[in-house]
Amino acid sequence: MIEQPPRRSRPATSPAPERRGPADRAGPPVLSLRGARQVFSTPRGDVPAVAGVDLDVRPGQVLCLVGESGCGKTTTARMAAGLAEPTGGEVLYRGAGLRGFGKQERAGFRRAVQYIHQDPYASLNPVRTVYSTLTAGLRRHGLAKGREQVRRAAIELLERVDLTPAEDHLDKYPHQLSGGQRQRVAVARALAMDPEVIIADESTSMLDVSIRVSLLNTLGALRDDLGVGFCFITHDLAVAKYFAWDGEIAVMYLGKVVEQGPTPDVINDPRHPYTRALVSAVCEPDPDLARTKERVRLRSADIPDLTDLPSGCDFHPRCPLYEQGRCDTERPPLVETGGRRLLACHVADGPG
Amino acid sequence: MTPKPPGRAADGPLLSVRGVDVGYRTGRRTRLTAVHDVSFDLYPGQSMALVGESGCGKTTLGLGLLRLLPRTGTVSAGQVLFRRKRGDEVDVRTLAEEDLRRFRWNEAAMVFQGAMNAFNPVLRVEEHFLDTFRAHEHTRRPRAELLEESAELLEMVRLDPARVLPSHPHELSGGMRQRALIALALALRPQLLILDEPTTALDVLTQRSVVEQLTELRERLSFSMVFITHDLGLAAELADRVGTMYAGRLIETGTTRDLFHRARHPYTSALIGSVPPVVGDLHVPEPLPGGPPGIDELPPGCPFAPRCPRVTEECTATRPELRVLHPRDEGLSHAAACLHADGAELSTRGGHP
Amino acid sequence: MAVTTSAPAAGVWGTIARGLTRTTSGIVGLCLVLSVLAFAFVGPYLVDPYNPTDTTAIWGPISSEHWLGTNHEGKDTFVQLVMGGREPIWVGVVAALITVAIAVVLGGIAGYVRGRIDHFLLQLTDITMTIPFIVLMLVVASFYRTSSPLVVSFIIGLVTWPFLMRSIRAQVLTLKEREFVEAARLQDLGTARILFVEVLPNMAGYIFINFIIAITNAIYAVVGMYLLGLLPSTADNWGLMIQQAWDNNAFLLPSAAPFLIAPMVMIMLFQIGLVTMTRSLEQTLDPRLRDR
Repeated sequence: MIEQPPRRSRPATSPAPERRGPADRAGPPVLSLRGARQVFSTPRGDVPAVAGVDLDVRPGQVLCLVGESGCGKTTTARMAAGLAEPTGGEVLYRGAGLRGFGKQERAGFRRAVQYIHQDPYASLNPVRTVYSTLTAGLRRHGLAKGREQVRRAAIELLERVDLTPAEDHLDKYPHQLSGGQRQRVAVARALAMDPEVIIADESTSMLDVSIRVSLLNTLGALRDDLGVGFCFITHDLAVAKYFAWDGEIAVMYLGKVVEQGPTPDVINDPRHPYTRALVSAVCEPDPDLARTKERVRLRSADIPDLTDLPSGCDFHPRCPLYEQGRCDTERPPLVETGGRRLLACHVADGPG
Repeated sequence: MTPKPPGRAADGPLLSVRGVDVGYRTGRRTRLTAVHDVSFDLYPGQSMALVGESGCGKTTLGLGLLRLLPRTGTVSAGQVLFRRKRGDEVDVRTLAEEDLRRFRWNEAAMVFQGAMNAFNPVLRVEEHFLDTFRAHEHTRRPRAELLEESAELLEMVRLDPARVLPSHPHELSGGMRQRALIALALALRPQLLILDEPTTALDVLTQRSVVEQLTELRERLSFSMVFITHDLGLAAELADRVGTMYAGRLIETGTTRDLFHRARHPYTSALIGSVPPVVGDLHVPEPLPGGPPGIDELPPGCPFAPRCPRVTEECTATRPELRVLHPRDEGLSHAAACLHADGAELSTRGGHP
Repeated sequence: MAVTTSAPAAGVWGTIARGLTRTTSGIVGLCLVLSVLAFAFVGPYLVDPYNPTDTTAIWGPISSEHWLGTNHEGKDTFVQLVMGGREPIWVGVVAALITVAIAVVLGGIAGYVRGRIDHFLLQLTDITMTIPFIVLMLVVASFYRTSSPLVVSFIIGLVTWPFLMRSIRAQVLTLKEREFVEAARLQDLGTARILFVEVLPNMAGYIFINFIIAITNAIYAVVGMYLLGLLPSTADNWGLMIQQAWDNNAFLLPSAAPFLIAPMVMIMLFQIGLVTMTRSLEQTLDPRLRDR
């Protein structure tokens, strides 16, 4: 990517590899959440937005968080990005807890883990040009020096995110760009920090379908060529399936992960009744498939209030497989069911 | 999908849109034509989806059909013929103010995008219902009777009237609001419902319940529907027929299966190709490069030519007209505005003859 | 006033220029301001500044020799009018600059950094706001007999910033929650840079409007001070002219009317120009006021 600037020094505790490549793809997680919790205090009582999740993001891999709005996926993402301090549990960067970081280590983490917002209209400063948006960080951290080098670095970044011809876009203001182009600029800005992990929070959901695919392809290239790890948050299962096909999906419900596993397995063989409901509820872009597709009927359409969670399994008031005496008394733990799959359900059977 | 409700197709179309232009005043003397020369016939009981990227004019067209455009917008050409309940045909474009008010809700109702904004936040749901009845009904009825009817409407969309009627809009969840809005739109049993992005911003499960409710209501009340969406899944599920819009024009129209399995316009097939189904193996979607042209800077030929994979020299010079490829009754003909529409079928998803 | 980030970003100055020329009132206001400025700053080079006391021509009438008659000392009113514009305008502009600079820096810091600093700065505004301006001037005038316009503008600037500071702080509070500010934090750009390069330029239009309002206020303040005799008489000055007219009972003499009215008219024209300009700017910069 940017060749001229010397690669920045990573925290001393963890020497940086020269280049991340397919070799360390299955390597140890760069970013982990361990029992991360986030409880918001509100006048109506404490809201456990995230109630203890364990997640790992590995280099060059995709972890996709899916779930309905209010399930805590954005809060989880913000904790992982260091934008919100967990009220319990820990965020680990290269195996070391964020809480113990000194100033320099924190700065290293700050740059290594980038976050891309949902709304490209809000995440770009309206009074700054693309050039100044992209280069502020480069110059600040000495990743590129001198007018020529900085400009070349900015052009390379834009080319990386397929915003070509790059020269034409450098001096534009955000309002002169389309939604898709703005989101590419936001990605390029994140990329300027040479991140190890990009956390993308519904980053494609505001774009038109046609543009969505090409942006996902661009992100896919970053993942495959640069070995950037992704934590991808979406409510759109089609996007999750496409982007995380080689990675993992974690389905969240009311602040907890209820099912997790390799994407093809979770999408095509969902075990948890909630995942099943989600997959079956998607409107398929095929009139014949839409008619024949099996639908899961929930017992209740409404999500319980986070301040007043049901006893036992959180999903039991809506669950079609609900068994009295078990689901409403005991909370099912998230356990491994074989084939790298995790499931939190009393009733659903294991792999089969 | 619904079995087609007993139509009165013999009487002719319910809504006949003929050569409609919709434009906005942008300055003292400048205008912008956002929708250009759109024609289609909608027969009783049909459900039509208008799909396309944002900025293609689909919402403008939907608003124009009921003359709900903002002050600067007008239907500047064409006719919007509508057959009213009592059998006479009127041109919505020339309806007088008072007739128009009666026409909306009694004959055709609109469900706006963003259910939160469509409700007045300081009024209770019951007041919205009462206001609607009072504003659009010919006769005045006692409050109790109106409330009872409101309750029935809410029950139709599976909402609990005792809970919903006395609530303020912000006390309801997004899905409940959307369903209440649909109930409100159906208050005076219109023949036509226009829905603008009815499920956008709703969660998958909520979306599913809205879709199911709409399907059920259509079976029961047999109204016609025009819905505007960028979600092709929704179109596939809820529509009998689909119209693709691009740069303010209708560029392909036909039955849902026509468009999803035998698309003849490269834009339609690209649009469908970019949203793979969730179930099954990985289906690599084709990206569609570039974006739609600005309405005020259309290329001289086909507006899609700059992005089209099958572009020829002819395309950049001549603007193709909507041409019927497969004639059918009741407005269900398959038509496309592409010079190469007669060539090979463009369906991206094989296996469906 | 809304936060003005939605202004199309053709550069801050471009936006302001467009805001001024976009409406008729903006152009009229700009022309008024420019003419008064030309009158006060270019005029002195075009007239003969030699304007002696002439006891034979006290309160002389309007004539071809004395376009606006003469004053109580027989000096030419028009020459005084030309020479007397520089000082109040200078004082107004410098005072406004000081006010805006203090308000922007303190407001920005208070809103962005919050915490103890914010608390302290708010206390400081409370205290400053309670200082009675006229009394302060009386005290300063009696102790120092200052005649330097610069000192006057400093004093005005130092007591008038709190109102603007509070509204800037409030805007920074909302702006800092915006996603692009968070994005800048993710780039680890540093607090000072984020505040002054990312956040504050988004309020440039708002700050500029308040700068103009501060000029009008400062001019009124300085004229008022002359009128009350708080500042000693030195050079020609519109405020001083009004005071002298008042002291010499000009309002009783019909032939003295130009000496009283002319400076008042000049001040009013300048102020009206500034206010109309501001209105037009507000319309451009505030999307809610923008006509569709």
